[in-house]
Amino acid sequence: MDSKTLRYIAKRIVMAIVTLWAVITVTFFVMKAVPGDPFASEKAVTPAARAALEAKYGLDKPLMEQYKNYLVGALHFDFGPSLKVRGREVTAIILDGMRTSAKLGIIALLIATVTGIVLGSIAALRRNTIFDKFIMVITTAFVSMPSFIMGSLLLILFAIKLKWLPANGAQPGGLILPVITLSLYPMSYITRLTRSSMLDVLGQDYIRTAKAKGVSERNVIMKHALKNSLIPVITYFGPELAYIVTGSLVVEQIFAVPGIGRYFVSSITGRDYPLIMGTTIVLASLIVIMNLVSDIMYKVVDPRINLE
Amino acid sequence: MDIKNPLSMHVNAEDFLPASEEEKAYMVQMRPSTTFFRDGCRRLYKNKVAFVSMLVIIAITVASIVLPMVWPYRYEQQLGVQPGKPVDASFLNLAPMEYSSTEQARIDAGESVFPHLFGTDAAGRDYFIRVVYGTRISLAVGFFASIIVLVVGMTLGSIAGFMGGRVDMVIMRIVDIIYSLPDMLMVILLAAVMRETIGTSLEGTVLANIGANIISLFIIFALLYWCSMARLIRGQILSLREQEYVLAAQATGAGARWIIVKHLIPNCISVVIISTALQIPSAIFTESFLSFLGLGVNAPMPSLGSLASDALNGITSYSYRLVIPAIVISLIVLSLNLFGDGLRDAFDPKLNQ
Repeated sequence: MDSKTLRYIAKRIVMAIVTLWAVITVTFFVMKAVPGDPFASEKAVTPAARAALEAKYGLDKPLMEQYKNYLVGALHFDFGPSLKVRGREVTAIILDGMRTSAKLGIIALLIATVTGIVLGSIAALRRNTIFDKFIMVITTAFVSMPSFIMGSLLLILFAIKLKWLPANGAQPGGLILPVITLSLYPMSYITRLTRSSMLDVLGQDYIRTAKAKGVSERNVIMKHALKNSLIPVITYFGPELAYIVTGSLVVEQIFAVPGIGRYFVSSITGRDYPLIMGTTIVLASLIVIMNLVSDIMYKVVDPRINLE
Repeated sequence: MDIKNPLSMHVNAEDFLPASEEEKAYMVQMRPSTTFFRDGCRRLYKNKVAFVSMLVIIAITVASIVLPMVWPYRYEQQLGVQPGKPVDASFLNLAPMEYSSTEQARIDAGESVFPHLFGTDAAGRDYFIRVVYGTRISLAVGFFASIIVLVVGMTLGSIAGFMGGRVDMVIMRIVDIIYSLPDMLMVILLAAVMRETIGTSLEGTVLANIGANIISLFIIFALLYWCSMARLIRGQILSLREQEYVLAAQATGAGARWIIVKHLIPNCISVVIISTALQIPSAIFTESFLSFLGLGVNAPMPSLGSLASDALNGITSYSYRLVIPAIVISLIVLSLNLFGDGLRDAFDPKLNQ
């Protein structure tokens, strides 16, 4: 790695840290801007009890000190107690939900990436055939369908009408439909991305050279074409994870999957502010880190790319 | 002189007569001069997919505006509720094309009753007009959100491009940070907070009719989605400023105003229009997503997302209530995307080379 690449990576890491700080700051001050206080829902709180509660949660301190405490807490992955789920720390709730959500997200991510690359390469190699056109039509339709629509339609078709799969995500086999719902959009996107970049690569001089040298069709595709056409796909990993994270918010709602997305949605409707902040920060960090990793990978894999 | 020697050097005087009008028309092939706009329209017309999508969008838009005016039912009208009478439960949850017992009695008596094309919902409201009205709301939100993005992005982008230096650097660093924020999470967070904060301050103003949630949606779009537009316009201005024709115009003594109006704006307008057009489906997407999470339009106003979200409760018995708005959303987003792509192919001169 030359010094230019290293400088780029350093700059990119600084940028990611600034972004994370911005996320924490925005969430903190936005939450503080909400009128009323978190104890307003509790009926008839005496002034003394209220003062005790505020002291317990550190809300009696000046705003900047609260901010400093929150920032330090967030760095230690400590987001304080939840307001609605009695006696539980936000961190514990998030970790709990993460177990299911991570399983869901990782499976969806793998399925989407692998099928997307395979379908995209086949479509590019069999360009302008029925198969290619069919793939392009289907993926165009999927890309225009919001995840909640996709999820609801799959739920109606496979769980209610055909009764092949359970509608509840907590049952055995219940994660199949949520995984399909989550993976269809990124799969379609990767298919289209791989197809266009594969077509681009197949027109390059080195492919012709390899063919002229007598390299077998199989080796030309696997060693030369596929490897090079995957470079743009790497950049999509960040947005793909972002899509899966936000998609899981509604998908977990539709299929009643006990994951972090469901806590996030219910914390919004229940106005559980520490939980909203905690989940936002955790999910945002995930996305920011993934974006960072995919950007750096992109640069390292193909040093020709000038990202400045 | 009658028999002409083929080798004669004598010239024929007739060849030197002025050409007749017909000959002129034959010799000079005048094509009608075409403008950039007309040329683009021709290409757009040739692109069948984009053209059909445009027709679909126009049809849906016109229907969503006209139908609520002529339809006998209103979107918030609970048909079973009449002043001074007990609630007529036979109006609730009608199947498509079904009549309530009260209406059936009127039909039997020889009156004509307008059918409920998609039935009624759990509150006895005509579902067809709710879907039509929801389409109108979703389209309007998408359209106005894109206009807001355009205005904010264009202002900040052109300021950054023209001023350069420190102003440019500050604006572009802000753009970088907002760009790397996970947008959907921030949108949800802001939407959840904003409806609490601005709800009370709106009361009594004109804006209260639109509802706090839609206003906060617009504010969110103005805050978060201007970045790519600003980047685009800044880049356009920076590259256009250096073009030879700008230098040529300056050399012939053109003022800054003339250069901006005659050279810079016409050259970047197509790129701006295309990216605004592609912003509309993404705004509709976001609105329906928020409505689905319960952060969208205020009840009883429907949007396609909130209709789908409400339908989720009765999904086992009334699944068509979810399928209908789902199809409409997908159709709108799909045709807007295809139309935007067609627009880009037709009007982006750099792609034509």
